[in-house]
Amino acid sequence: MTGKSRRIELRAAPHVKRGVNVETIMLHVVLALLPIAGFSVIQYGLSALALIMATTVSCLLSERLFSRLSGQGNTLADWSATITGLLLALTLPPSFPLWMAAVAGFAAIALGKVLFGGLGYNVFNPALVGRAFVQAAFPVAITTWAPAFFPGRFTGFIPTTFTMPLMTPPGLAEWLHQHVVDGFTGATPLARWKFENHVASAGDLLSGVATASAGETSALLILACGLYLAARKFMDWRIPVAVIGSAALVALAFHLVDPGRYPAPVFVLLSGGLMLGAVFMATDMATSPVTATGVWIYGAVIGVVTVMIRYFGGLTEGVMYAILIGNALVPLIDQYTQPRVFGARGRKA
Amino acid sequence: MALPGQTQLSHMEEFMEGIWKQNPVFVMVLGMCPTLAVSVSAVNSLSMGIATTFVLVCSTLLVSLIRKLVPKEVRIATYIVIIATFVTVVDYLIQAISLAVYDALGAFIQLIVVNCIILGRAEAHASKNPPLRTVVNALGMGLGFTLGLLSLGAVREIFGAGKLFGFSLFGPDFQPWVVMVLPPGGFFVLGAWLLLFNWLKNRKVDGALVKPLEGHTHA
Repeated sequence: MTGKSRRIELRAAPHVKRGVNVETIMLHVVLALLPIAGFSVIQYGLSALALIMATTVSCLLSERLFSRLSGQGNTLADWSATITGLLLALTLPPSFPLWMAAVAGFAAIALGKVLFGGLGYNVFNPALVGRAFVQAAFPVAITTWAPAFFPGRFTGFIPTTFTMPLMTPPGLAEWLHQHVVDGFTGATPLARWKFENHVASAGDLLSGVATASAGETSALLILACGLYLAARKFMDWRIPVAVIGSAALVALAFHLVDPGRYPAPVFVLLSGGLMLGAVFMATDMATSPVTATGVWIYGAVIGVVTVMIRYFGGLTEGVMYAILIGNALVPLIDQYTQPRVFGARGRKA
Repeated sequence: MALPGQTQLSHMEEFMEGIWKQNPVFVMVLGMCPTLAVSVSAVNSLSMGIATTFVLVCSTLLVSLIRKLVPKEVRIATYIVIIATFVTVVDYLIQAISLAVYDALGAFIQLIVVNCIILGRAEAHASKNPPLRTVVNALGMGLGFTLGLLSLGAVREIFGAGKLFGFSLFGPDFQPWVVMVLPPGGFFVLGAWLLLFNWLKNRKVDGALVKPLEGHTHA
């Protein structure tokens, strides 16, 4: 999928050199996601664990239901629904009520995947479709944050976790007052920058002590897991490089023009879900371009749109919509970046 | 609608056309603009459905009565004048009955004039059939449209507000699904209903296909 060999080998069949199939790749993505999920449990305790289990179980059950309805046989074995569930949980706030998480998991599989025909036919990243659905349905719950490393996280749950299905989650203000150090505003670094013009330090963002969604806090850990996948060639390294690079360039340009208003590129790269999105969501094989040139364009679009939404949009974070927009452009990008057929004349690439 | 050479439908079948076989919302997918825009609650859907049915029945009756008088060249203009007349009647009626509903439906009452279900019925059915048959067909179509709107409106109201016809279903702590009262929610619910309708229809077709085949092999 990624490696381009310039050598032509003349050999009789079989040509298979490496036993890599969909299941193997997916399994390795799951393995690469586990450390990130584990770290989010360390940060947010039992609530994060429950959240991860809720989205994963919801995704698996929905997948099973629809594969039975459509007579596709058991599609759970390809691990893709597990990835969707894990990724979805990592993009949600740790205090997200479990019943909403289950709704998100169902929407991810039903709207994002099955509707298009299942794995490989989906136009959009299923996990992000699920998140976009609950973002539109429950705008308050999805912007309610709990602080990282709060005391008592391994002995109890955040009160919103076990909200009765269909009911409004309780307010977190009282619980925060009792459990958490004073001065916690419940705002993510991006929100604090947008509304208070406060730029979090790079050290905080790298190590993951900042408030954020369950799995997007530690940029270092995400990069390490991404490096593993890229090294094993289970992922196209060009995509995260293009996303991060273009976001950095745009952010740098703005920073140079007006340093007082726009933060340094480091902040843009390390805050919010940019790392998680660039490494694990933009790289989804079914929803990214197949041509080498196309991959660079696709990544650049995502990076630029992310920064534009953050700087000029109403939302504090733009990675989700940037990747969905990128996904929507993939067929067009693929069409215009077709390489020239070897030996063919006329139309250039 | 009976084509030449076809056996004519009975009045009952004519009535059922619009409710099931040719349902304007779920089968013909006509009148989507009011369908998606006003179906945020069951009450709005019902009012819109009744208003459309009224205009549909009255205007198709009139079109059918004068079908032999109107020259072919000016028939569309004639239909529009007739439909617009009844829309004006409905517009004032709703204003007189309930100002709240009138405000909720907004411009979509006046837009019944250009509703393709009504013009389509006038052109495809009323202009070729006697008054009684046309009225029966229009009643079925109107009822089918109302049912379509209601099935969307009910789902969107239940999820979007936790209510049905204004009555609270889940108590005061219900968490509204904001997306359901927004335009995307309209598309989601419409899509889900279309999915269900087509699934039911395909199952019926499959069943009908399988039976004669089985009989054939046994014989």
